[in-house]
Amino acid sequence: MRMIKRTDMTPSKAILIRTIAISLSILIASLFIVIMGHNPLSVFVSMIVGAFGTAYRIQDTLTIAIPLVVTSIGIMIAFKMKFWNIGAEGQILMGAFMASYVALNYGDLPKIVLLPLMFIAGFVGGGFWALIPAVLKVQFGTNETIITLMLNYIAINWITYLQYGPWKDPGSMGFPRIAEFSDNALLPKLFGVHVGWIIAIIIVIIISFILAKTKNGYKLSVVGESVDTARYAGMNVKRIIITSIVVSGGICGLVGMMEVSGVNRTLTAGVSAGYGYTAIITTWLSGLKATVIIPVSILFAGMIKGGSFIQTAFQIPQSAADLLQALILFFVIGSEFFIQYRLVKSEKKEVA
Amino acid sequence: MEGFLVALVIASTPLLFATLGEIMTEKAGLLNLGVEGMMLIGAVAGFGAGYTTNSPVIAVIAAIVAGGFSGLLFGFLTISLRANQVVSGLTLTIFGAGFSSFLGTNFIGLKMSESFITSFEPFKIPLLSSIPIIGNALFNQDLFVYGGMIVAILLGVYLYRTRKGLNLVAVGENPSAADASGINVDLYKYVHLTLGGALCGLGGAYLSVVDVPQWQDNITAGRGWIAIALVIFVAWNPIKAIFGAYLFGGLSIIGFRLQQYGISQSLLDTLPYLVTIIVLVISSTRNSKDNGPPKGLSVPYFREER
Repeated sequence: MRMIKRTDMTPSKAILIRTIAISLSILIASLFIVIMGHNPLSVFVSMIVGAFGTAYRIQDTLTIAIPLVVTSIGIMIAFKMKFWNIGAEGQILMGAFMASYVALNYGDLPKIVLLPLMFIAGFVGGGFWALIPAVLKVQFGTNETIITLMLNYIAINWITYLQYGPWKDPGSMGFPRIAEFSDNALLPKLFGVHVGWIIAIIIVIIISFILAKTKNGYKLSVVGESVDTARYAGMNVKRIIITSIVVSGGICGLVGMMEVSGVNRTLTAGVSAGYGYTAIITTWLSGLKATVIIPVSILFAGMIKGGSFIQTAFQIPQSAADLLQALILFFVIGSEFFIQYRLVKSEKKEVA
Repeated sequence: MEGFLVALVIASTPLLFATLGEIMTEKAGLLNLGVEGMMLIGAVAGFGAGYTTNSPVIAVIAAIVAGGFSGLLFGFLTISLRANQVVSGLTLTIFGAGFSSFLGTNFIGLKMSESFITSFEPFKIPLLSSIPIIGNALFNQDLFVYGGMIVAILLGVYLYRTRKGLNLVAVGENPSAADASGINVDLYKYVHLTLGGALCGLGGAYLSVVDVPQWQDNITAGRGWIAIALVIFVAWNPIKAIFGAYLFGGLSIIGFRLQQYGISQSLLDTLPYLVTIIVLVISSTRNSKDNGPPKGLSVPYFREER
């Protein structure tokens, strides 16, 4: 067997291959479920019902989809530059931290002033947390994957420190908890879901526009394709990388703001809830395309919500949903090969 | 002080195994960011097998096999299917976390039996263990600790002194040249990736089977990532890896000991991560030809495009 590069790949064929890959991963997952002694069909059906069965559940699922969409957009910008930012989790936390600082100290400000301030603070928090690995990468060539991950752990410990120490609510009777925000610091709801969903759509539109239609977006894709080409064309590669990564982290920071303000009403170390990691999967599955990120994120939000539903219905652990997500990703990244290459039987002749 | 050193060596052992595993992998030119996942898979396999059979040997074998398989899985994606190594590694970590937590639901709170634990009791090596200060830390330990040091030395000899080891280095540095000289590049990659995965699995199993020895969700708590940083820190040198692991093992337990001075535990817990960053920055500024990464690291090899 040897492989040759395909030239005959049509978009519909590519979609077919990906569909087969996803079906295979669901098949493997079904096998797991059978081993656990359940009927896979009824498990998957109740997963879907659990995620989309009632208006209330749909609202819940969308509330999970919002942070996934926005985080994925942030990660997408970094991945387009081949900057392997896996620090979204920390950037979300630091955005949440900065937004909470504003909310807790200036809670008396009118909503129309306070919310934009928190929004900016969230962007600054996440952007700053991404600036660190960006500068290190550009200046010293330091591996950004490890730095961003280490910063995640530092951010979690930092929030835990605040929660148990200086920010502990004196009115919580010794319980390690940060005070709840004032009503002015809460995002309003529209159709039962906090307005983060509108913000998410706006972000998707703005970023798609910048990437597709502006000079800066073009520069970003050139640097992502080849640093040498960009340098040769006279671009300031360092500046392009740093700006895009700060924007990438800033967008993740916005997620932190939306979660504390729209969902949790306070800051906890668990505010990012693993979105930073799940969004890596959704970003990659979307093929780094902003518009595809929305349906993929809703699907994954459904898996998370449905996963917690089957936990109560079948006593299948929540981690089963994580496993399913990883399986899907495995099969999809594996299937890329069959989109790029074709296997042909080599005639038995050359004995190397 | 002596007690601290003993604890330090124990804390460094899972890091050492994982670091050695990743050195082997990267020497073959593959950047596997799935160390954390492979450790978790090894940890849950070792614990599950050990708990159900009550046999230490089966626990160790299970960890090796499970870790090896996870390495093989990464190999299939990146070597045969030419998938992006960074994304494949991240997926492996997510998969390992999900897999271990899924299987581990049944094990939460379970403890290994007394008879099982005794087989991993420390035992003294005569004479050497009576060396003052370091004797107990280095030569009065359990099997895993000795195993880690032995593997490190063997790997050092293998890489620098044997023909196969030099072939491996050639595969990582310049796969086309290695291929031209008759080395089976893909086979070398597969074998060392699998062995590397097995070592990472052992590192995870040390935590669940010997160190804790009780099942906890996410038992590795980021050690796999620290190991990846350690590989860079020790400049892909297995012997230096021993000392690198000691340094980070020490950092991870120092927080517990400084607590009595009224410093917040959460802030002290950031120390190993903070130092990883500092170390990484320092090593990236002074990376020269001799202690840089293998030239072919994370570049997929296409024989057809040679």
